Amino acid sequence: MSQTTAPYRLVVGLEVHVQLLTKSKLFCGCTTQFGLPPNTATCPICIGMPGVLPVMNRTAFELGMKAALALNCNIARHTKWDRKNYYYPDLPKNYQISQYDQPMSYEGYLEITTEAGTKKVGIIRAHLEEDAGKMMHDESGRGKESMVDLNRAGTPLLEIVSHPHISSGDEVKAYLEEIRLLLREIGVSDCEMQEGSLRVDANVNVNFEHEGNTVATPIVEVKNVNSIRAVERAVQYEAQRQFDQFHVDHIVMNPTNKVTAKWIDDQGRTEVLRRKEEAADYRYFPEPDLVTVEVDDAWLERSKNSLGELPSQKRERYLKEYQLPAYDAKQLVLQGHAFCDYFEQTAKAVGDAKLASNWCQNQVMQLMNDRGLEIKDFSVTSDRLASLLVLIKKYNINMARSKDAFVQLLETNDTAEAIIKKLGLDVTFDPAMLRDLVKKSIAGNAKAVADVKAGKGKAIDALMGPVMKETKGKAPMDLVRQILQEELQSA
Amino acid sequence: MELHQRTVSELLNEMERGALSAVELARSFLNTVKAHDGRVKAFLNVNEESILAQAQAVDAKRQRGEKLGRLAGIPVALKDNLCLKGEVTTCASKILERFKPPYTAHVVERLQQEDAILFGKCNLDEFAMGSSTENSAYQITSNPWNSEYTSGGSSGGSAAAVAASMAPLALGSDTGGSIRQPAGFCGIVGMKPTYGRVSRYGLVAFASSLDQIGPLSHDIRDTALLLEVIAGHDPRDTTSVNRPVPKYTASLDDPITGLTIGVPNEFFQKGLDPEVEQTVRTALKVYESCGAKLKPVSLPNTEYAVSVYYIVATAEASSNLARYDGVHYGHRAKQFDSMIHMYSRSRGQGFGNEVQRRIMLGTYALSSGYYDAYYKKALQVRRLIKNDFDAAFSQCDVVMGPVTPTAAFKIGEKSSDPLSMYLSDIYTISCNLAGIVGMSMNCGMTKSGLPIGLQILGKEFDEEKVLRTGRMFEKETGWHLKRPTL
Repeated sequence: MSQTTAPYRLVVGLEVHVQLLTKSKLFCGCTTQFGLPPNTATCPICIGMPGVLPVMNRTAFELGMKAALALNCNIARHTKWDRKNYYYPDLPKNYQISQYDQPMSYEGYLEITTEAGTKKVGIIRAHLEEDAGKMMHDESGRGKESMVDLNRAGTPLLEIVSHPHISSGDEVKAYLEEIRLLLREIGVSDCEMQEGSLRVDANVNVNFEHEGNTVATPIVEVKNVNSIRAVERAVQYEAQRQFDQFHVDHIVMNPTNKVTAKWIDDQGRTEVLRRKEEAADYRYFPEPDLVTVEVDDAWLERSKNSLGELPSQKRERYLKEYQLPAYDAKQLVLQGHAFCDYFEQTAKAVGDAKLASNWCQNQVMQLMNDRGLEIKDFSVTSDRLASLLVLIKKYNINMARSKDAFVQLLETNDTAEAIIKKLGLDVTFDPAMLRDLVKKSIAGNAKAVADVKAGKGKAIDALMGPVMKETKGKAPMDLVRQILQEELQSA
Repeated sequence: MELHQRTVSELLNEMERGALSAVELARSFLNTVKAHDGRVKAFLNVNEESILAQAQAVDAKRQRGEKLGRLAGIPVALKDNLCLKGEVTTCASKILERFKPPYTAHVVERLQQEDAILFGKCNLDEFAMGSSTENSAYQITSNPWNSEYTSGGSSGGSAAAVAASMAPLALGSDTGGSIRQPAGFCGIVGMKPTYGRVSRYGLVAFASSLDQIGPLSHDIRDTALLLEVIAGHDPRDTTSVNRPVPKYTASLDDPITGLTIGVPNEFFQKGLDPEVEQTVRTALKVYESCGAKLKPVSLPNTEYAVSVYYIVATAEASSNLARYDGVHYGHRAKQFDSMIHMYSRSRGQGFGNEVQRRIMLGTYALSSGYYDAYYKKALQVRRLIKNDFDAAFSQCDVVMGPVTPTAAFKIGEKSSDPLSMYLSDIYTISCNLAGIVGMSMNCGMTKSGLPIGLQILGKEFDEEKVLRTGRMFEKETGWHLKRPTL
C-alpha cells in the first residue's frame, strides 16, 4: 500500500515489551529458561504464596538501564515500584509489580530510516515490570478446565512506550527492526517474537480533512500481533478501517472512546475486544514490600560504559571510516557485531572496504545461510578471505572463478595462494593481448556487430564468447567488456 | 512461683546447672495448656509430639556437650500468621484452613537456630485484623485475668498464652498495636520494634508498610533476649535494615541518668478512662522519683492517626489479600458458574466480615477518582505524624503514655461497633505510622483486677533505650511479677 497516496495521515504509537536476558526472574531466583515443563520454574515468591517477599534482581535493573540509555532516555535517579491490581488466574498475586508514576527512565528517542528519510521517534518512557504466567484454555469446546503455567510469571520485562510519532507501515517496520537490532546488540534481550520475548501493542488512529476540519478517529489499541510484518499489516488495515468507519458513523476521538482490538492474522483483520472505559481500574499504589532504587553517578557511569558501540554509531562510522554507501552500512550492521567485526578485519587486511563489504554481504552470507553456519564457526576466517580478495584484485579474476576459489577456501585447508595457483588463476592478462583477441572476435562476427549496433545489447555476449574461450574462461569479464565496447565505438 | 510461671532467664539458669531438662520444662507447659487452654483458648494448634521431640533433641545436645543456642529448651509460642514449613498456618481464617507453607519465617528459623522449642500456634484476629481476637474464624481467646474479658488483639492468643503461663515467650505481629494492646490487656511486656528491625519474611502480610514482628514475655529481660534473637538484616526482606543488633540484655540493668520523658498532652484527653490515666500518671511519678524529668511534648496530628491508618492499612490489605482467590491454594468454593463467580464465592466464603470490610475500604480508597482524596492524603498526613515524633524526640529520650484508653473490654462489647473497636488503638497506631519503637508493660491494675498498660515509645532503632527505661520501672515496682490466678 502506498502511504503517500492514502487520503489520511496515519498516527501510531507503539508499546513494546521485551523480556530481559537475565538468568533468573525479576523478584526471585527461578530460572527464566524458555520451554520447560509447566510450573517447574516456580517458587513460593513467583506463585504468590502468603508471607514471602520480592527481592529485586539487580541485573534486570542494569539491563533496563542499558536499554534506556541506548534509547537516549533520561535515567531517573530515584525510582520506585508500584502495584497494578487486577484479577486474573495467570497473575498469582492478583497484582503485577510494575512502575507507575516514577518510571526508571523517560523521554528518549530512536532514530529510524525509511525510504521517506530519517526521523526521530520519541520514547515517552521505558519501565520495568514482571511478566504474568500463561493460561492454556481447553479448546475442545467441551468445557474442560483451563490450565495455568506460571513458569513465565515474574520474568523481567522492559516496557518501551513511544510517542505517536510513527506515520507509516514502513516506519512501524523500521522502528521495530531497529529496536530489535539495538536490544540484541547490547545484550538486553533476544527479541524473539515467536517465543514472546518481544511483544508489541500498537495504538492507531488516522487524521484527515473533512468538510474543512481536521478530524481524528477514535484510537484503537491493537494486540495479538506476533511478527513485525503482522504489526505493519494490522496498522495499515486498521487505518483504512477507521477511515471507512468514520464515513459511516462520523465518530471522532475523545478521551473515553479508546478501544482494544485483537489482530486476527489469518483473516487479515482486527476484532474489537473491549471498550477502554469498561476496562479495569488498576488501583496503582507504591509497592510496600520493595525499597526504592537510587541510581548514583558511579552506577550510571558504569552503565554508560558498558553499552559499547550502538548500531546507529556503527553505521555512522562505516560511512566515515570506510566510505561505504548507506545501504552497505545498514546491511552489515543488521548482521550483528560478530559479523561486523569479520567485515572490518577483512576490509582492513584487503585495504578495500567496498570489496570486503560486497563479499561479506553476498558470497559470505550466502554460503553461511546455505550451510547453516554462524560467523563464529565459519572456517574462512577474515584473514583467509582477505588473502583471497587481494589475489582477486591482483589477477583481476572474474566473479565466476572467484566464487570457485572461495568455495575451495571453505572446503579445504589450502591457502588462497595455493587455490588460485591450482585453479590456474594466477595469470596476469596483458590488455594489449586481450585487445587483439577482441579485434579478432569483431572481425569474425559481422552479424553480432550489426546486432549490437542495431541496439540488441545481448548480442555482445556473442562477441565476448570467443575471447573467454581463448583465455579458458579466466579473462576478467569486466575488462573484456570494456575493451569490446571501446573497439565497437571506434569501429 | 511455679516452674511454668518463671521467666526465661530463670529457666535458662535452671537448665544450665542441670536442675531442669528441656523435656521436663516442655511437659510442665504442656500440662498448663491442658489445664487452662480449654478456657483461655489461646492456641489454635499445639503439637505435643513435635514439642517433646524438639525438647529431647535439646537435652541430647546438652548431654553431648555441644554448644547450645541462646534459647535452648525454651518454649516459644507463635502467632499463627508466622509460617512454619509443613505446618498448617491459618491466620485464623477459613481461607487458609489447610494451608501448609513450604517455607519457614525468618524469625522462626532464628528461633530454631537458637534451639528454642516451637510451642504451638496462637489464635489471632483473622489476618491480624482486629483488637480483640474475636475476629478469629476458629475461637475467641479470653483474658487470663478474667474470662469475660477479651485478651485484646490481634496477637491475643500470643499475649494470653504468656499471661496464663502456657508459654514463657511468644511472637506476635503489630500493625497498629496488635502486640502492645493485648500485652497491655493481659499485663505482660510486648514490643513492636522499629520498622525494618526484624525481617517480615514468612509473616503473612496484613499491611506491609506497617507490619512488624515482635516479642511478648513476662518481663523486659525476656523481651530483650527474644528481640536479640529475631532482630537483624535478612536479604529476603529488602525492607529489613542492615544494621548491627545491640546486645540488649547486656545494658538492660544500667539505669539511664538524666532521662527525659516526653508526655504528650494528646494522649491524656477525653476518652481516656480516669482509672487508666491515674495509674499511668502514678507510673510517671515513679520515674520522677528515679530522677527522670517529665517534659510536655506535642503530637498534634495524633487525632488523625486512626483515620490515616484505616486508609493506608486497608489499601495495602486489599492488595495483599487479593492472592487468596481459590486458584492456586487455599479455600475454593465448591460450586460456581464462571471464573468471576469462583473468585467472589471463594472469597465470600473464606473471609470473615471484618476482613471483607477492610478489603472493601481499601479497594475504595485506592479507586480511580478517590486516590488523591484518600490514599494520597493519608500518606501526606502519615509524614506529618512522623514529623511530630521527630520534633518530640529532639526534646526527650522517650515518650510515655497509656497503651489504650481503657483496660480490657468485655467479649462482645465492641464487636458490633467497628468504629469504637478501631478507637481502642488510638494510642498505638501512630507508632506504626511513624515506624518507631513502641513497648507496652504492666503498670498497675484496675479495681476490678484487670491490668493497665504503660506505653514507652522510642525513636527509630532506639530499642535499647526503651528497654532500659522499662527496666528502671520494673526494679522500682514489681508489677511484672504478678500472675493471674487461673
